[in-house]
Amino acid sequence: MSLLVKLLAQRIALGLLLLFLVSILIFSGTIILPGDVAQSILGQSATPEALANMRRDLGLNEPPVQRYFNWLGGLLQGDLGTALTSGKDIAESIGRRLGNTLFLAFWAAVISVPLAILLGLIAVRYRERWPDKLISAVTLASISVPEFLIAYVAIFFISVRLRWAPSVTTINDSMSLGEKLHTISIPVAVLTLVVLAHMMRMTRAAILNVMQSAYIETAELKGLRMFTIIWKHALPNSVAPVINVVMLNMAYLVVGVVVIEVVFTYPGMGQYLVDHVSKRDIPVVQACGLIFAAVYIGLNMVADIVSIIANPRLRHPK
Amino acid sequence: MNEELKFLSRQAALGTISRRKFLGRAGALGVSAAAASTMLAGAVHAAGPQKGGTLRIGLQGGSTTDSLDPALAANTTAVNLIRMWGEPLVELTDDGGLQGKVAESFEASADATTWTFTIRKGITFSNGQEVTAADAAATLDRHAGEESKSGALGLLRDIKNVSTNGRDVVIELNNGNADLPYLMSDYHLIIQPNGGKDAPDAAIGTGPYIMKEVDMGVRFVAEKNPNYWGEIGHAEAIEMLVINDNTARVAALQSGQVDIIDRVPPRTAGLVARAPGITVSSTAGPGHYVFIAHVNTAPFDNPDLMMALKYGINRQEMVDKILFGYGSVGNDSPINAAYPMYEEMEQREYDPEKAAEYFKKSGHEGPVLLRTSDNSFPGAPDAAALFQQSLKAAGIELEIKREPNDGYWSEVWNNKPFCTSYWGGRSTQDQMFTTAYLSTADWNDTRYKSDSFDKLLIAARAELDQDKRKKMYADMGMMVRNESGLICPMFNDFVDAHTDKIGGWVEGVAGFSLMNGYAAQRMWVTG
Repeated sequence: MSLLVKLLAQRIALGLLLLFLVSILIFSGTIILPGDVAQSILGQSATPEALANMRRDLGLNEPPVQRYFNWLGGLLQGDLGTALTSGKDIAESIGRRLGNTLFLAFWAAVISVPLAILLGLIAVRYRERWPDKLISAVTLASISVPEFLIAYVAIFFISVRLRWAPSVTTINDSMSLGEKLHTISIPVAVLTLVVLAHMMRMTRAAILNVMQSAYIETAELKGLRMFTIIWKHALPNSVAPVINVVMLNMAYLVVGVVVIEVVFTYPGMGQYLVDHVSKRDIPVVQACGLIFAAVYIGLNMVADIVSIIANPRLRHPK
Repeated sequence: MNEELKFLSRQAALGTISRRKFLGRAGALGVSAAAASTMLAGAVHAAGPQKGGTLRIGLQGGSTTDSLDPALAANTTAVNLIRMWGEPLVELTDDGGLQGKVAESFEASADATTWTFTIRKGITFSNGQEVTAADAAATLDRHAGEESKSGALGLLRDIKNVSTNGRDVVIELNNGNADLPYLMSDYHLIIQPNGGKDAPDAAIGTGPYIMKEVDMGVRFVAEKNPNYWGEIGHAEAIEMLVINDNTARVAALQSGQVDIIDRVPPRTAGLVARAPGITVSSTAGPGHYVFIAHVNTAPFDNPDLMMALKYGINRQEMVDKILFGYGSVGNDSPINAAYPMYEEMEQREYDPEKAAEYFKKSGHEGPVLLRTSDNSFPGAPDAAALFQQSLKAAGIELEIKREPNDGYWSEVWNNKPFCTSYWGGRSTQDQMFTTAYLSTADWNDTRYKSDSFDKLLIAARAELDQDKRKKMYADMGMMVRNESGLICPMFNDFVDAHTDKIGGWVEGVAGFSLMNGYAAQRMWVTG
């Protein structure tokens, strides 16, 4: 157990270091981009006086390095600062957006992860027969088509033609859970299609790998039913690669769905981040970048830990 | 049969029978769905505004980074939003004249250097406070002051002093300006309590609605202001959704999630209009797409080369292929019929032979470099390619350099010698010329510097004789057309669309898209 604690501490420390480096990268990236926040806010209607007034008010006249350390100092005290563009508290705005993103990712994961694993099991059970081929064909087709195209096709048929669910999925606080779920049903379906194939294929491959083992043969000779063998003996031994892919896809559902957010007008983190990148609003970009990086690092850590727990050989190294 | 249809359409407009039922009955009478829809729309209008309901509007342009401070408004969503809760002193009428809003009347001194605006009696801000002349004066002060970040700052430079006298706001100018009231209709100049100096983004004004929910760049809900003084504001509530993706915005209208949208992409507008129950409206405006060259920079300081470029552009082709017909041809002047004192001038046509002749005369050799980007106007890279082809016929080589959208307005526009851009236009010739063609203008993006033009512009400003003034503007238009670095192939129409669940659309309203941003307040829900 102490080994696990040590491992955990090691991983967290590495993660924090990584986050620090990420923040430097993001900061320098936004500095390199042409134009500054004052120009971006005022756009084509910028006059030299208005620009100068705005730069002074936003503290853009300070050198970049100093601005970075000001920001870092605030962060260490738990203060994400305020957005340069709107003057709003970043933590508060991000909180709501992050909530929305997690809400969408959660429901997409709740549907896609069990479905992918189940389909993987079925594909193994009927290996090289028509259910396997059908599942592979459908999921591979859905991952090969760009997600925005699936989204537009879904909008056209489900929303415009049949009017079963809305195409604009702007959820808000006055909606009940049922209304919210109905509102996000099309994006959840599209995201499920997008992430399904990866997880399904990995489940199938990992289990097939285990199926070659001697103990599976033993189980077969004992006369166990094929599905019992897969479920009880093969799956637990192939959890490690599967969980890795599941976590990667969950991370994608949190940080990589900006296209879906734009197409469905979903008020999530992706859209929020893009808006602020195009306005060079560095504090917000920093905060979003850190959160995204933290999600990636965190989920990967979970994947590692789960695979260690699931594998006695990794738990008790020689 | 005709009478029966009329009766039915009136019933449908009043909500006694459903729209679907009306279309069905009309169909039974042998009327096509499209004709019946048009008829219903007419009847809805004739029945007069209906009160109540929620009107939902889908808009392009909003961003999470926007602010509610009218001084910082810089996109169409912000303009529509401002129209909910606030009002300027005066506003454009449908045909481009002026009507009072917060000010009930205004008058000028004989030389147009002193203007007096009288504040409407007994109107209140949505916080209950009465509107005073001091509030209006403070508003001007905030936008024109040294500390200002306002987009209206450039308009207000000529103001010498603002004072109050009872209900009057008195504005004194350095030079006479017959168009000052037009400047006061600018959407930045919303009258706020104490000019918005205390709380610029509190969204407290005299408008027909009060903001209830604000989620920047996402969703807004406004409810009717029970104490509003005016006639508009029919729906009980207005829900505004920011839908930046073109396809998503059109789909939202088609699936009935919103009742009205702006910026229907011209490419698909024809298809959208074919759908039952949807009306696409195209409104001519002062906005134009331009190719601008710095006439003080080589090689564009060569007037013969400029002329060659101006004769080498096929304007009609651009209107057909870039605007898909939703627009009109330009004439290398920023002024079109949308301006109050427009006078027609001879149309410059595509003439490759003349272009070749001027090109030869200019002595220029090698390609001409044009910079463009997707966001300089919709279809700009395609327009640049068309320009390249039409110049090729005249033996002129155009080299196109594609620039990134990011930073285009700070790095390329008004910075590099030849690029694509757009102008939204202004409400008067004076404003347009002052903004972009006066020698000292910050946004003189063609670097056109002419003493005689400047003198004429200042003189026209104070000229109260309309005929003389019209002549002066015609002369100035001609100067810009022949001498400046402006190549203006087309004026773009605003293309909006609404469903037949709402009534009250008025065609051809002057100003911005969506009936100058007042569509949501002036239209009503029919059920």
